Amino acid sequence: MNKVVKDPAAALEGIQDGMTLMVGGFGLCGIPENSIAQLVQMGTKNLTCISNNAGVDDFGLGLLLQAKQVKKMVSSYVGENDEFERQMLSGELEVELIPQGSLAERCRAGGAGIPAFFTPAGYGTEVAEGKEVRVFNGKPHILENALTADFAIVKAWKGDTEGNLIYKATARNFNPMMAMAGKITIAEVEELVPAGTLDPNQIHTPGIFVQRIFQGEKFEKRIEQRTVRTKQ
Amino acid sequence: MALDKTGIAKRIAQELQNGWYVNLGIGIPTLVANYIPEGIEVEFQSENGILGMGPFPFEGEEDPDLINAGKQTITVRAGASFFDSATSFAMIRGQHVQLTVLGAMEVSQNGDIANWKIPGKMVKGMGGAMDLVASAENIIVAMMHSNKAGESKILKACTLPLTGVGCVRKVVTELAVLEIRDGKFHLIERAPGVSVEEIISKTEGDLVVPEFVPEMTL
Repeated sequence: MNKVVKDPAAALEGIQDGMTLMVGGFGLCGIPENSIAQLVQMGTKNLTCISNNAGVDDFGLGLLLQAKQVKKMVSSYVGENDEFERQMLSGELEVELIPQGSLAERCRAGGAGIPAFFTPAGYGTEVAEGKEVRVFNGKPHILENALTADFAIVKAWKGDTEGNLIYKATARNFNPMMAMAGKITIAEVEELVPAGTLDPNQIHTPGIFVQRIFQGEKFEKRIEQRTVRTKQ
Repeated sequence: MALDKTGIAKRIAQELQNGWYVNLGIGIPTLVANYIPEGIEVEFQSENGILGMGPFPFEGEEDPDLINAGKQTITVRAGASFFDSATSFAMIRGQHVQLTVLGAMEVSQNGDIANWKIPGKMVKGMGGAMDLVASAENIIVAMMHSNKAGESKILKACTLPLTGVGCVRKVVTELAVLEIRDGKFHLIERAPGVSVEEIISKTEGDLVVPEFVPEMTL
């Protein structure tokens, strides 16, 4: 089954105002740069974006925020972005903050057909407000619902024409779960190869979860915190 | 004299035990990795998907695809592995990680911790902190005893939105090592040259002080 589309425009076809998108990445690591640039160009508005972070002011999802295309962000950590903080504190932007592990599991559950699950994370905090509490093994847990999205946009290192994906290092992060949870999942890859090239033993995301795949034209891969040591 | 951040990290490093998997939070906790006692072998877990995290890369060898939870460029040690975020938090929630070290804005005497939000001022989000504190069996909080205005952060009850309830057992500050038991802080050690009186005066929560309080050895 050939899932290849020719460019980001073809990949993102059908994304409309008001839709819910999952966007992979942790910080600026493993984000679908080419698709985000395309979204900015499309100017799609009132988006709900489910993504662990919100990028920085001038890169990643920060670009969508700057263009006021996002109505609501669902994230675990949104520091490092002044425009985000301004929009949130002024009430322009709706924000739902979710513990990182719950966010990952809610995406996984959404893709795995599990409607909800209990977790101890967030019990006794604001996150638990309005949620069912149940005690297991003497410990209180809260009920968290699964998340799905109209489109999930993920980024992988290598992919094949069947949509099988391999990620590199910590650029994997939320991408595999989000790939599972999108009604339509778009994968942007650094290297697109013919089916049969990748070792089936090494596939991280099986192609069944991916509907469209394309090779990104270029990847800036900006580093958020460059930390080094000097050779002795 | 009160400890600096390095001193706090050195003291916490003394808690490490052979064979532990350890998650270090952002800030002072990250420094703990620099002071692993001799003969102790631990593996560092980073919640964005690494077991076996190593030191910062040499200049020119940074890999944008390889970062830690603080978004810093990093390396991995021999025997490291990468995984997705759901697997990472399965390790945390499933109590496969033996020690969590994290920072805090406030800690209370029943073990509550607040470290993610100042209403109306700062909302960065909880990241993985709520998952970590809710599940970890062994949590050490690395923090300063007072805020910049000189107000105690070691409290009867937290005033800021909570990250977790009743989860902290040990706190290491620039002044002291405290344990939390029976709804009270217990003074275990004091920083070199710091008096018990100073610790008492800077602790708002109920503090149990034994007759003899040893000095830390760093």
